[in-house]
Amino acid sequence: MTYLAKPKFHHPDLPKNELGYTHRDYEGTVSTLCAGCGHDSITAAIIQSCFELSIEPHRVAKISGIGCSSKTPTYFLGNSHGFNSVHGRMPSVLTGANLANRDLIYLGVSGDGDSASIGLGQFAHSLRRGVNMTYIVENNGVYGLTKGQFSATADRGSKSKRGVINTDNSIDLAAMALQLGASFVARSFSGDKQQLVPIISAAIMHKGAAFIDIISPCVAFNNHAGSTKSFDFVREHNEAVNRLDFISSRMPIEVKYDPGTIEVVEQHDGSKIALRKLAADYEPHDRAAALGFLQHHAAKGQIVTGLLYMEKASEDLHGHLHTVDVPLNTLNAKELCPGQAALDKYNASLR
Amino acid sequence: MSTATPISRVNDFVVRFANVNGSGSASANEMFARAVMRMGIPVAPRNIFPSNIQGLPTWYEVRVSEAGHLGARGGTDLMVAMNPQTFEKDIAAIEPGGYLFYDSTKTLPASKFRQDIGVIGVPLTAICNREYTDPRQRQLFKNIIYIGALTALLEMDVKIVEQLIGEQYKGKDKLIEPNIKALHTGRDYATLNLECPLGLRLKKSDKVGNRIFIEGNAAAALGAVYGGASVCAWYPITPSSGLADAFTRHCEKLRVDPVTKRAKYAIIQAEDELASIGIVIGAGWNGARAFTATSGPGISLMQEFIGLAYFSEIPAVLFDVQRAGPSTGMPTRTQQCDITSCAYASHGDTKHVLLFPEDPAECFEFGAQAFDLADRLQTPIFVMLDLDIGMNHHLSQPLAWDDKRAYDRGKVMTAEELEAGKDFGRYLDVDGDGIPYRTYPGTHPTKGSFFTRGTSRDRYAKYTEEGAPYVDNMQRLVRKFDTAKDLVPRPLIANAAKPTKYGVIYYGSTAPAMDEAIHMIEPRGHALDRMRIRAFPFHSSVNSFVADHDFVFVVEQNRDAQLRSLVVNECGIDPVRLVPILHYDGTPITARFIAKAINDHLEALKVTPMKVTS
Repeated sequence: MTYLAKPKFHHPDLPKNELGYTHRDYEGTVSTLCAGCGHDSITAAIIQSCFELSIEPHRVAKISGIGCSSKTPTYFLGNSHGFNSVHGRMPSVLTGANLANRDLIYLGVSGDGDSASIGLGQFAHSLRRGVNMTYIVENNGVYGLTKGQFSATADRGSKSKRGVINTDNSIDLAAMALQLGASFVARSFSGDKQQLVPIISAAIMHKGAAFIDIISPCVAFNNHAGSTKSFDFVREHNEAVNRLDFISSRMPIEVKYDPGTIEVVEQHDGSKIALRKLAADYEPHDRAAALGFLQHHAAKGQIVTGLLYMEKASEDLHGHLHTVDVPLNTLNAKELCPGQAALDKYNASLR
Repeated sequence: MSTATPISRVNDFVVRFANVNGSGSASANEMFARAVMRMGIPVAPRNIFPSNIQGLPTWYEVRVSEAGHLGARGGTDLMVAMNPQTFEKDIAAIEPGGYLFYDSTKTLPASKFRQDIGVIGVPLTAICNREYTDPRQRQLFKNIIYIGALTALLEMDVKIVEQLIGEQYKGKDKLIEPNIKALHTGRDYATLNLECPLGLRLKKSDKVGNRIFIEGNAAAALGAVYGGASVCAWYPITPSSGLADAFTRHCEKLRVDPVTKRAKYAIIQAEDELASIGIVIGAGWNGARAFTATSGPGISLMQEFIGLAYFSEIPAVLFDVQRAGPSTGMPTRTQQCDITSCAYASHGDTKHVLLFPEDPAECFEFGAQAFDLADRLQTPIFVMLDLDIGMNHHLSQPLAWDDKRAYDRGKVMTAEELEAGKDFGRYLDVDGDGIPYRTYPGTHPTKGSFFTRGTSRDRYAKYTEEGAPYVDNMQRLVRKFDTAKDLVPRPLIANAAKPTKYGVIYYGSTAPAMDEAIHMIEPRGHALDRMRIRAFPFHSSVNSFVADHDFVFVVEQNRDAQLRSLVVNECGIDPVRLVPILHYDGTPITARFIAKAINDHLEALKVTPMKVTS
């Protein structure tokens, strides 16, 4: 019922990327989310981004927690290994996977209940450790699968579909990510593909903990008047700080947006990010300023979107731990086991 | 008060040091135990410590046993009473005819002492105040001074203690000379002022052989190094923290690439036990050998993840260094109390593989083997230590490794096999052992990928919520558990010299006390066949052992007879045939306790119904 395979045939003239893959090679099974769900737009953006970056699909590991958002990894990259783990614990599973094999690309998909409520601790600690990953929160401020309870990102004063007013303060995950030392922090909106795709691409190519908070309205439980995460509310209150184009070192992408100042940032692997500043004075390399900017606009009821912060020369967890260049999961007994000679010495020291 | 004949024994007694936690006594006391070992006499020290850094009472018990009994015996022959808080209780714990060693600086009324013990007073505080001006030195050297006095009182080889001081302060050579001076200050005082030696004496022997002196935690951690663990995630908790610390130390020595100086391991001190096990499962899913070290409360926190690993069939190794119950207090005391919580950990129908090492040598062996079992069975493996094995030094067989031994990475399908068209179903049992093939993420561009979930999937890892595939999968997991029975370490049987209707089952740290108890039970005319269980699920020999006897004692260190419940439940045995012998006050089980409990039971059986109770 819920895993409809997509038909395999496709138009012979579909554009191919550098690896010869078409867009279809990055798809997964048919989504079982509600029609019009913001999460499906995010899925589409991830597919687009991986296609444009010419990533080998099987070199991505998709890891999620529990919830509507965490179901989405089956809808993209059908040739990648995926792991639908337990509620709120995607970050630890991803951290372990990353430690085992530093050569894969890690895509962590979570939701606001998964990351801001039950998993707030793991969210925080994975970012402060600098795990090399793209951590996406599909944020709708509501528990969908359990039928519409508030999550911890629901704004104070917002109204649930049943008419209940939320009296708890909301958690701003992007602000927290900045404070926790994530080396890449962005926020976007599921309905803004032009902004979202390059942000995801930049996050994937970033070495270190990249966090993206994506406002993604829930059509079933959080898209009514009184909700602050509905399509209409977000569109009206969106303050974009910059437009981002990702230019891969292999395949430049044409800029389609309105003209503006562009700041080109070279990433660790030689790939480049072009930041198109809509806010003329926005500077995405100042963590403290980003935090202030975010809070200043939040006080005015505005949702800032765009790349909020990026560290220019970031180091990831493997760098902190000084691990060997080869993935730990490729080391064999010869490399891991010190043998009887070392044991003889050790025994002798214990007599 | 009655008097008693002073105990007179060579190489067979128990010394107990009563100290204040944080007073620096631990290293001096350990040095005493090491000196006994260096004299070639089997020794078993046990640290009984509070959940506290400074101020609360702590004891260090040293059992000296030429006969090689390494379990706790019970009772104290010589009490070194250095803690005024526990002075009265400590005196009460001395065996009749035993000895009290105390700081006689302050005169105590005769009523403080017992008539049936020998009292040895050394004015330690006065000596320290005379010799040292720095208060810290006064405290630290006091410990060495009493060790010095003991060398004279017990006829210890003082050269050995001097040598140990030299080893201990190697690199901080300035400290060697003052420590040796303090040692001789105490020794000289005793020689001049006290009747030396006591009835208790140490005599050089050759019973230690090539055995080593090591804590179970250090041995288990080295087992993890040799077993190929490359990822460790843990959260500090007594009594398991030492295992993770030891793994770090071993790795820094043994797992750094000599050329690049880079680490062939990754260790994360996680934010809690949930993250620890999550990291282990993520690493196991991705093909690295990974483990966590924890204790009962950590296991409780990990429950949900353990179930996920069981159902999604991910290799993981958990070292559970068991201790008594929750929060603070008893948790620094030993128990075997996590048997059922580990065997059936998590929600849904789950069963897990447990290994029960008896000493550090088995901690090493099982610690390494656990990683092969985890990969072969694709499931969590629990190595069940306890505080007694983990945190105390034990005289143990030297650690051994066969250099020809290869790792068993289990059923992992390679890119070549996938390319050649081999059928891959993540949950497909191809050969009847219940174990499916897996692939590591990133193996092949178009073949062999799968989506990992809990229970909602078919043999090809495709999502389904239908009942039949669920049942099919659950039945396969039962087959896999059956397969485990023949892969895990088998029980060891030691039959009595003559045929008997009675048996005893025991495991883990109970072993040395049980072995000694047999020597107390047999002279009374009782014979017992012994089975030491080393793993769960139980090998078929457990069923036959119980079947071959009228009844079997099950000796363990918990209140609820947890292993006995497992035997009843998993082997379908009438509970009446399994007699629980339970010790759970937080101290290590003793030979005296076991012998008395079993003797009482067997004596009662000898009695005819006519017996009149007195």
